[in-house]
Amino acid sequence: MLPEPDTDKTTVRFSPENISYNVSKQTAVLLGFKNKKYYNMPHLPTKKNLSEGASAAWPICIGYVPIGLALGVLAQKAGIPWWAVAMMSLLVFAGSAQFICVAMIAAGASIPAIIFTTFVVNLRHTLMSSALAVYLTGVNRNFLALFSYGITDESFAINMTRFRSGSWDHYSALATNQFANATWILATVTGALLGQFVPQGAFGIDYALTGMFICLLVFQLHGGVYIFTGLLAAGISVGWYLFIPGDSYIVGASICAATLGFLLQRRRRIS
Amino acid sequence: MNFNDYLLLFCGMGAVTYLPRALPLLYLAHKKLPQGLVDWLGLIPVSILSALLAPLLFCEGASRSLHIGKPEFLVAIPTLAFALKTKSLAGTVLLGMALYWVAGYVL
Repeated sequence: MLPEPDTDKTTVRFSPENISYNVSKQTAVLLGFKNKKYYNMPHLPTKKNLSEGASAAWPICIGYVPIGLALGVLAQKAGIPWWAVAMMSLLVFAGSAQFICVAMIAAGASIPAIIFTTFVVNLRHTLMSSALAVYLTGVNRNFLALFSYGITDESFAINMTRFRSGSWDHYSALATNQFANATWILATVTGALLGQFVPQGAFGIDYALTGMFICLLVFQLHGGVYIFTGLLAAGISVGWYLFIPGDSYIVGASICAATLGFLLQRRRRIS
Repeated sequence: MNFNDYLLLFCGMGAVTYLPRALPLLYLAHKKLPQGLVDWLGLIPVSILSALLAPLLFCEGASRSLHIGKPEFLVAIPTLAFALKTKSLAGTVLLGMALYWVAGYVL
């Protein structure tokens, strides 16, 4: 007969490598092993994930510095204390919504109005979250719940490119999100505390995120259908932006362009 | 506003931001997705990136009007060419920043 397992320890097994670890029961529950024997997760997080995350996240971090500083300065001018800026960056972590929030507080808007606006502005993340699901099938829900916190336009673009190219580890993706998050919190708080001393526009730093998006867009052009979809999205987005107020142009143009691109892809496959 | 007002506001904003980020992933990651949906979602990244970028390059934010020839757009042309040729993210970001910095003085 097998010996009784140590009551404080339990074995978790990761596929596909089939590596087993002895971990405490609490850790097992935390990793999502409560009811299942093993999960489709390559391994436990390692230091390599941290360094991979850092090397993937640096363009985001550079880009977040000027934007975060600017947000902090605006918040300070609107009379929002630095600790509230820290709280906002930690709890919300959404650039454009935070700018709108600061403007609305300065204009004396009500709390429900600000929350509702935030909801509308951030609905675009449902699309990104859905697209990421293709690469995170079967990953345990605790990880996904944690990972979801860091899904932004920028981290989405970086992680999708890496996931598509193949060997991108979930933990490296999580590290990428969290490096971006940490930079955002630091930059916004710094802006609130001493942002007025920072010179504007130094080193073209305001172009970091635009440059990053341009390159990531190039990485996404896998063929004719993708180029067609991208051009379509650009055209629809500009038209939508000019004629429809608010931020619906991102979601609107993305859904229209992806759907038309999808139909074209279908037709090509059938014919 | 006092501490409790801020806490209430940011918790509310946090919740309505987190749920759209989490629910589709939590739901879809444990479903067998139909091939059609996978194909459609595969076109979402290129669409979102284009939809985010185009107004930055072609439109004036404050007046919300069309503006062909913005410095952002002019800098984007060599930046795009560089990205297509080298496929280097680091190089593209740094070149874009440098050109935009110079454009600030020249244009």
